[in-house]
Amino acid sequence: MLTDVKEIEIEHLHKEVWQLKRDGYRFVTMTCTDLGDAHDILYHFDLHYALKHLRLKLPRGTALPSISSQFFAAVLVENEMQDLFGIEVSGLAVDFKGRFMLSDGAPVAPLNKAPIGIGLDVRVKTPAPAEGVAQS
Amino acid sequence: MIRRNTIPFGPQHPVLPEPIQLRLVMEDEKIVEALPAVGYVHRGLEKIAEKKDYIQDVYLVERICGICSFMHSQNYCQGIESLMNVSVPDRARYLRVVWAELHRIHSHLLILGLAADAFGFENLFMRLWQIREIILDIMEKTAGGRVILGVCTLGGVKRDIPPALQDEILRQLDEAERQLSDVLPALVNDYSVKQRLVGIGVLPKDKAYELGAVGPVARASGLAMDLRETCYAAYGDLDFKMVTETAGDCYARTLVRVKELHTSAELVRKALKRMPEGPLSVPVKGNPTGEVLARIEQPRGELNFYIKGNATRNLERFRVRTPTFANLPALLHMLTGCQLADVPVIAICIDPCISCTER
Repeated sequence: MLTDVKEIEIEHLHKEVWQLKRDGYRFVTMTCTDLGDAHDILYHFDLHYALKHLRLKLPRGTALPSISSQFFAAVLVENEMQDLFGIEVSGLAVDFKGRFMLSDGAPVAPLNKAPIGIGLDVRVKTPAPAEGVAQS
Repeated sequence: MIRRNTIPFGPQHPVLPEPIQLRLVMEDEKIVEALPAVGYVHRGLEKIAEKKDYIQDVYLVERICGICSFMHSQNYCQGIESLMNVSVPDRARYLRVVWAELHRIHSHLLILGLAADAFGFENLFMRLWQIREIILDIMEKTAGGRVILGVCTLGGVKRDIPPALQDEILRQLDEAERQLSDVLPALVNDYSVKQRLVGIGVLPKDKAYELGAVGPVARASGLAMDLRETCYAAYGDLDFKMVTETAGDCYARTLVRVKELHTSAELVRKALKRMPEGPLSVPVKGNPTGEVLARIEQPRGELNFYIKGNATRNLERFRVRTPTFANLPALLHMLTGCQLADVPVIAICIDPCISCTER
């Protein structure tokens, strides 16, 4: 189970990350989960095989401050989150502008949960059959 | 005045087994900046894992990678077992080590061969891959598959390795090591090989730590980090000894992998010798609840799975952080300041696995 999780507010993110860096922690990765009205952002750090996690709840439409100026290793996963969850990450050391993992024409924020409904994923668009193709 | 040019390296390049693009900003032949461009083999596996149930995910996860596939299923199973408080039988813990270390040997032989090909030593490439066949044959005899084994399951393993087959494995391992003792001196001592590897793509220890490097890349820079030291599966009973080097260049990364071939062979021997009798698995009932960050040491380094269960058969979230993804920032650092002719060797020496990375 995930232990040593510290819940933080967005305005304290950089201070907490600096503290971990000063304590000698290594950046492992980040995890984003769609909670509906917000995204659950987890930062994972490691020191001598012991993990420490920072957790913040990011309301939809709020920009996430990048930690890539503190841990450059975070820049790729932050770009990935920008692509796959549609989160705006501000202050990225390298900003791929939503084209790190996805290309033009790809579904928007594909890892967000589908809206509650009758089970149809509205993001999947079925192309209309070409003219003259017989319908079975 | 030196003009700057941007050269795309990849996504299709003779040295790259999988597609990734490196955008290289050059001043004459010297690289001053490098950026990766990925997404060519993104399959949305994390999303698919949420749509399948957590038992079907064992098979899905094994297919994240076509090289270290067993270790993906092992890490996933260990994560779910930890969420559901399942204790795996001792024999299964040892069998997992056997298959995991066989995977490490074949993976290291694969990349050492590709590295030899990258610096133009085709004969060495073919010999190393010939020896790799011995390991793949062992896996086929034990599991039926040569790379995708399908033997790891929630609660243990599906297949046993009977005593007669254990003897056969030990004989084949001895034969592989005998052949390696003929071949590896060419990789380690040859003047031309050293000219292509020594002092190339240097990653100092502090940079390796700061940039989050893992696996042989980190250990070649002097970082003593290997998750097998945390004693998951049966590693705690097998006197595991980590391999490190200090130079941090392509040669050091090659040396770490060469030495790890012998470490892994020794771990297989010890695991087979000390494996206790007993059941292969225990039943797993119910659905996973809670969250875990499962980690194991893959051939390329630390593999992380974040698994979040919500007491249903479908996972709330499944996230994969592969070692190659962690080593990309370190690769960008290694490339800066190097010559264009060294890019293939530096890129291949981090042992990039792009299908893993993009999922």
